[in-house]
Amino acid sequence: MNRLPFTLVVGSIITAFFVGTALLSLVWTPHDITELEISQRLQPASATYWLGTDQFGRDMVSMLMEGSRTSIAVALIAVGLGIVVGVPLGLAAAAARGSLLDEVIMRGNDLIFAFPSLVIAILITAVYGPSATNAIIAIGIFNIPVFARVARGGALPIWTLDYILAARTAGKSRARISAEHVLPNIANLLIVQATIQFSLGILAEAALSYVNLGAQPPTSSIGKMLAESQTMIYSNPSLAVLPGLAIVIMVLGLNLMGDGLRDALDPRLRRARG
Amino acid sequence: MTRYLLVRALSLSLSLIVASVVIFAVIEVIPGDPAAFMLGLNATDESIANLRAELGLGGSLTERYANWITGMLRGDFGTSYTYRVPVAELILDRIWVSLPLAIFALILSTLIAIPVGVIAAATRGGAGDFSIMGATQLGIAVPNFWFAMLLVLLFAVTLQWFSAGGFPGWDNPAAALKALTLPAIALALPQASILARVMRSALIETLDQDYIRTARAKGLSRSQAIRRHALKNALIPVLTIIGLQFSFLLAGAIIIENVFFLPGLGRLIFQGITQRDLVVVESVTMLLVFAVIVVTFLVDIAYAIVDPRLRRR
Repeated sequence: MNRLPFTLVVGSIITAFFVGTALLSLVWTPHDITELEISQRLQPASATYWLGTDQFGRDMVSMLMEGSRTSIAVALIAVGLGIVVGVPLGLAAAAARGSLLDEVIMRGNDLIFAFPSLVIAILITAVYGPSATNAIIAIGIFNIPVFARVARGGALPIWTLDYILAARTAGKSRARISAEHVLPNIANLLIVQATIQFSLGILAEAALSYVNLGAQPPTSSIGKMLAESQTMIYSNPSLAVLPGLAIVIMVLGLNLMGDGLRDALDPRLRRARG
Repeated sequence: MTRYLLVRALSLSLSLIVASVVIFAVIEVIPGDPAAFMLGLNATDESIANLRAELGLGGSLTERYANWITGMLRGDFGTSYTYRVPVAELILDRIWVSLPLAIFALILSTLIAIPVGVIAAATRGGAGDFSIMGATQLGIAVPNFWFAMLLVLLFAVTLQWFSAGGFPGWDNPAAALKALTLPAIALALPQASILARVMRSALIETLDQDYIRTARAKGLSRSQAIRRHALKNALIPVLTIIGLQFSFLLAGAIIIENVFFLPGLGRLIFQGITQRDLVVVESVTMLLVFAVIVVTFLVDIAYAIVDPRLRRR
């Protein structure tokens, strides 16, 4: 790997840009989006409003910055939830391969897969009401079986290797072997999967907030911007086009980064991808 | 094969039971008193008591769960609190929008993805492959509901070929299909992108097999080898994904129905949520999960019939 894959470079730049603007929005946005200036509504792009304003006079650039912050935060925490719960489950299942524990964990995974994540979100919000936290839980629950599966699948072949046998004869427990020898060896797999789940999480968050099951005002979210723009689509199509483009570029960047990471971290896969 | 079927059927019923318990627990146990939840803060004690009686909340949890399940098995999904009609009637009304939409999208996605995936695999590493893979990257990154809005913008607002939403009913099949066309395209695009990638990598993997080399050595051209030998084997994983996508499409339709104001199951669920009609939410959710689990089961079985190696485990 003397040269970084092109996809990794492009993907990382795009991702860094969105993460950067999202972080920046914590301390600074071009305009304050909590102040509605009706006199400035539906302005075209200008030096003051780089991408114009929406029907409430809010600056589109600021809205997009804060909106992508919501997307990134929700998706990131949901991925974290999936890793923290899913990876230990997958490692435990692999360490106890064929046992009742393995069987229970894997069947439990199958069951979660049977619930479309949107249906989980609907169930949660039907009872607890919509919020960013509930969106995180709904997306995160679905990440658990994904990471459990990847961790188990990656760990199984490692358990057959000689140095694991050596560690076992040295008296190390299965849990310790999983943490010290198996986990570092599947880290690459997990990182690549995390990028994929991150981009799926951003799409899921957008869908949930679009149908008003995600973050609630005053938090801005891209899905909600799209929902609000829908009635204006005849007169002001740019209000619907810009937030969508932001999501597409963000997701595209993450997917490219994931592809690139996979190539960079696992040279064996390069041939298979043609 | 019998043993395989038995094991799969057992795990199917187990999944259904666990899924129904989870849904029942989330909807009826966690909120405390469902009747009070449905009526909101300003409800009088009397109206809550009436609703409790109407929903049959007097019994123990086990009794209520048993009533719910046996009722659904008989086709009794309870009575909607807001619509005052049996939920089964509402579902029957609306399934004729959601189901055709999902099938329409599935057909579209398959018709697009298989040829596109085959072309990409056949021109592997070339310009055609490169542009197809780029397009599918884009297709995966586009949220389907936003794509739906763009379709409305182009075909309904600018070109005025289609209406922006609504559903005329099946009395006029041509108009009904036309109303479902844009939603189906919006649903099919991301699915087609995924499917085309699966088709491509499955075909590439098959083309690397020894028997393809043998076929080529016997004098078959590349396209003959693909058509006569590789395609059939490469289609097996593709068929699985198609089966799994059906359930995905049913769930994805929930959002797309909202974009196009289609009176399907998805709209029904959202109306149920906003009106706090837990009877509707509970039964429609169970129906969707039931559909997903059963379709997955059928795909597994079909897979085992096509590929005998899978029956051993």
